[in-house]
Amino acid sequence: MIRRFISAVVLLFVVSAVTFAIFFLLPRLAGATPDDLASRYVGKTAGQEQIHAAAVRLGFTDPIWVQYGRFAKGIVVGSEYDTGVTVEECPAPCLGYSFITQNPVLPDLLDRLPVTLSLAAGAAVLWLFGGVATGVVSALKRGSPLDRTAMGIALAGVSLPIFFTGLLALSIFSYGLGWTAQGGSYTPFQENPAQWAYDLLLPWITLSFLYAAAYARLTRAGMLETMNEDYIRTARAKGLKEHDVVVRHGLRAALTPILTIFGLDLGLLLGGAILTESTFSLNGIGKYAVDAVANNDLPKVLGVTLLGATFIVIANLVVDLLYAVVDPRVRVS
Amino acid sequence: MSQPSTTPGTPTDEAPTAPAQKRSRRRREAPPSTGLDGIGGLGAPAPNSFLSVRDLRVHFPTDDGVVKSVDGISFDLARGKTLGIVGESGSGKSVTSMSIMGLHKPGTVRMTGSIRLGGEELIGAGSETVRELRGKRMAMIFQDPLSAMHPFYTIGRQIVEAYRVHNDVSTSVAKKHAVEMLDRVGIPQASSRVDDYPHQFSGGMRQRAMIAMALSCDPDLLIADEPTTALDVTVQAQILDLIRDLQTEFNSAVIIITHDLGVVAELSDDIMVMYAGRAVEYAAAADVFERPEHPYTWGLLSSMPRLDRVRTERLRPIPGAPPSLINVPSGCPFHPRCAYADRTGGLSQSERPPLEEKGPGHYAACHLTASERNNIWENDIRPAL
Repeated sequence: MIRRFISAVVLLFVVSAVTFAIFFLLPRLAGATPDDLASRYVGKTAGQEQIHAAAVRLGFTDPIWVQYGRFAKGIVVGSEYDTGVTVEECPAPCLGYSFITQNPVLPDLLDRLPVTLSLAAGAAVLWLFGGVATGVVSALKRGSPLDRTAMGIALAGVSLPIFFTGLLALSIFSYGLGWTAQGGSYTPFQENPAQWAYDLLLPWITLSFLYAAAYARLTRAGMLETMNEDYIRTARAKGLKEHDVVVRHGLRAALTPILTIFGLDLGLLLGGAILTESTFSLNGIGKYAVDAVANNDLPKVLGVTLLGATFIVIANLVVDLLYAVVDPRVRVS
Repeated sequence: MSQPSTTPGTPTDEAPTAPAQKRSRRRREAPPSTGLDGIGGLGAPAPNSFLSVRDLRVHFPTDDGVVKSVDGISFDLARGKTLGIVGESGSGKSVTSMSIMGLHKPGTVRMTGSIRLGGEELIGAGSETVRELRGKRMAMIFQDPLSAMHPFYTIGRQIVEAYRVHNDVSTSVAKKHAVEMLDRVGIPQASSRVDDYPHQFSGGMRQRAMIAMALSCDPDLLIADEPTTALDVTVQAQILDLIRDLQTEFNSAVIIITHDLGVVAELSDDIMVMYAGRAVEYAAAADVFERPEHPYTWGLLSSMPRLDRVRTERLRPIPGAPPSLINVPSGCPFHPRCAYADRTGGLSQSERPPLEEKGPGHYAACHLTASERNNIWENDIRPAL
């Protein structure tokens, strides 16, 4: 337990080092000079002198481990960034400072987190219930037209990209029928929960469709397997109602691996649902990442990557702990 | 056949020894032979019979043809009595028990004949009717208690569940009952072990817990499907003792399904030997061991190691393998593996032998004549056992 926690922290540092290396070490290995890196942070008209001054000021001339040390130190105790005009404070945990928008990365990310969180949580509820229910029914009615239809739709759901289904759904339900909110609508939950749900309904459905399809297939496969187990026969032999046999004995066992994947999917999604947020113009973390990449704003990209990695590591940790709760056989060891 | 007649060659009229007399008193009342209706048929149920199976056929239609897992078997079982069903894998013994419990998946199986439990017909009864009987009036214990118990629920919770399906009591009352049951089947510190998970129990303990679960609603019929196969030899005897003790206590009818004649020898009043979905021999246990009438039973006895006698020869396995249940051999299904099939003048190859009364209450399906069987048994089989 404690070992797991420590290894999670170590893993995060490894991730931060690797990401840092990708953005700051690789360009140097590829032949870029500190001046080349610094040229992004000065005006287009800047001369060689000014660029070099900026490179020194930003620390690009220091050895790479000194640069990483500074970055890592910033995460723990915070740091200061000299913009050349003023010295900006970046309090701990500092994930970097964007010289393009002139502000620290983390507060920006936290501002956008509620959007991504709302999107992920709502969709997760939908896909978990929808996918699992579909999978169970499909498994019980295996080979029936219902099963075939559901699995056909699931195959489509897994295969179709979200920017296709999303745009299609927007054009039909939002711009065509006017049932749902238009792209880009978002109301914070604390302002108006009903409006919040209404605005997010279509993104939720679109995103959950993708996942529900995968979960339906997973659940179906799991149920087909567990319903053949000996303990299902025992449950029937006890005289349990079929509903209890299916839910309490079959689904309970089939749900364990699904829970694992659910945790990881949710963690991944919290790092930004890039395609969904872009399709529906939601200002979440995913959109932030896309904008950062488009503007070549390396500190932002680095920060977003680290935040995403943190969510995934935490999700892994939670899933590990949950697994012990769900499967008593894991508890002893 | 309540009055043992005096057919020569049957063990009952050979100088009755004390244990033999004791056994015959325990013996089930044989059904009247007047009602014999050919293959596998036994006529009207015996008056004290609690479970009466008549001409049960269980067929599974598949893409390759109809699998005739059970093809016409009949037997009677009274309360407090034990029937042992013996046979190789695929002989239809487990399918028989699953049919009684109504555990076959609906739509995959064609069941005909009659299964009467306490006078109530089970074949054709609604699934809800049979479900309510399951666990309450008839219960089952399975071969491998580890896979037969749900790994995610405590032993106690699984017993509580079984009890509460049929009894309208609170969880705490049911839990107390579960502890009592665990204590009754010999689980030490039952009140604390009730909260353990199946994987925390040893194999023998798990089977005890399984028995506690099966008996929690005090069923009239207990079916034990290979109850000791997955257990250590030392534990096997304990479990069999436990089943016998509990049977006496609860006065339930018990069916033991096994491939191990040693198991039924200890427990059974009657034995039914099954082959390719049919009964080839059906008689009181003592008779089957003292004077078996069917070559297949001879084969089972010859291939069984015995500790109570000095062996003079190696064990003799039955040659060949059980037949396909889709294309059952013509005539006697055992004839391709039978060493004596050529002594019936081609009858074994062409005609299916009916299950006939060869001695009092002793049924067998074989074309060999009485003298021939007697001859083979006395000269060929018995000396080599």
